[in-house]
Amino acid sequence: MKILGNLGKYFLMMKVVFTKPKKWGIFWRLLFNEIQLIGINSIPIVILMSSFMGGVIALQTASNMSSPLLPAYTVGYITQSSTILEFSPTIISLILAGKIGSNIASEIGTMRITEQIDALEIMGVNSLNHLVLPKIIAAILFFPILVIFSMFMSLMGGYISLVLSDLTSTETYILGIRAFFEVGNIHYALTKTVVFGFIIVSVSSFYGYYAKGGALQVGESSTKAVVVSMVCILIANFLLTQMILL
Amino acid sequence: MIEVKNINKSFREQQVLFDLSSTFEKGKVNLIIGQSGHGKSVLAKCMVGLHEIDSGQIFFDGRDFAAMDRIEKTQIRQEIGMLFQGSALFDSLTVEQNVMFPLTMFTKMTKKEMQDRVDFCLDRVNLSGKNKLFPSECSGGMQKRVGIARAIAMNPKYLFCDEPNSGLDPITSILIDGLIKDITYEYNITTIVITHDMSSVMEIGDHILFIHKGKNWWEGDRNSIINTENTEIINFVYASEFMKKIRTSMQEKKHI
Repeated sequence: MKILGNLGKYFLMMKVVFTKPKKWGIFWRLLFNEIQLIGINSIPIVILMSSFMGGVIALQTASNMSSPLLPAYTVGYITQSSTILEFSPTIISLILAGKIGSNIASEIGTMRITEQIDALEIMGVNSLNHLVLPKIIAAILFFPILVIFSMFMSLMGGYISLVLSDLTSTETYILGIRAFFEVGNIHYALTKTVVFGFIIVSVSSFYGYYAKGGALQVGESSTKAVVVSMVCILIANFLLTQMILL
Repeated sequence: MIEVKNINKSFREQQVLFDLSSTFEKGKVNLIIGQSGHGKSVLAKCMVGLHEIDSGQIFFDGRDFAAMDRIEKTQIRQEIGMLFQGSALFDSLTVEQNVMFPLTMFTKMTKKEMQDRVDFCLDRVNLSGKNKLFPSECSGGMQKRVGIARAIAMNPKYLFCDEPNSGLDPITSILIDGLIKDITYEYNITTIVITHDMSSVMEIGDHILFIHKGKNWWEGDRNSIINTENTEIINFVYASEFMKKIRTSMQEKKHI
């Protein structure tokens, strides 16, 4: 029953979030600020995770390929398809759910318990629209860029690790990552990313906005926001894969 | 003037306000006092629309707030200034940006006009030159003063102050009380202050509403509160041993 109650509350919240901003000038300023916080500040962790994970995917694939029947470019192909289909859109989103989700929930939760949200409401400001809409738009706009960045870094990581380990040549790896390439897979990955970005920001904002009590409860809301975002991402991933790929 | 009529408010099974009525007049400092948990803050939050009332009416100069739609309520809220217990300043904004915030949201002032208004409001609360500080760099008293400056930035008709002296030393408390009183008289606004601080009651209370168990238990001014025989008021006002001694000596002087 509580889940249904929260679901209803979440959709009612979204209805208030998606209204016309009071002043577009302020909205654009907040949007660019959120792009900085949600997007640009996440680039270092995306580079770090993607390069190493790409390297590991490539090395593990190479080490498990013992059959002489498999062509040498298979390592590049598997690295490419795992990166594009799952690693970059899903795993990076799960990592960002931890980083961005906890940040958003604790920021909005702190504003709630310190009465800053009440202050906005009393001034006549639609606090949900003011606080949440720029974050959602920033995530929807910037998550795909982060994921494209992640795909590139992951493939680079795979390349560097294979070449440094002398497991393949540059030509073979490039042949592999170009083999059976489908633009549709990129569309699929980016569609998933937009949905995951929306889930992370909206779910985290929901838990932050309805936080009650003190610092302890804000911490709990932050944890719930991350866990629920991750579960929602996994469910959405399953559903989107069913809908788009099959 | 703000009138509340027959307000009832419950949270689930627990009723907090019982058929509460009162009138808060313009140009006066109206205090709401009472023990913690007896409904003072709930009443104030109902009056500003942060809580929906179960039944009753709230009139802002004859306009029924409870019957208004969201847009009309938003318009009324632009006439309300509120000072929160914890100041509720926006952490990410400087003092100047905090005071300027309602102006940027709701007015068509030019940058220069807004800057002048901010400087005037900060000067009014003796914070000239502190524009670029962040709330975390301000003391508790300074934060309250910034809160007052932000509350008066839009020239409000109604000013709500939730425990403005909590956590402040006696000298800063007197300063804040003085500011609230001066602003009320100067701009002829309806001010409502929720407080536990008895020195505030004696210093600035033009009209005092004592809420007990969610009901309007007693109303009067700062002179009548001293002489009242209402047991709950006496227990509240003269709760400490020190205050009891003052009351005894006052009564003895009366008999002499």
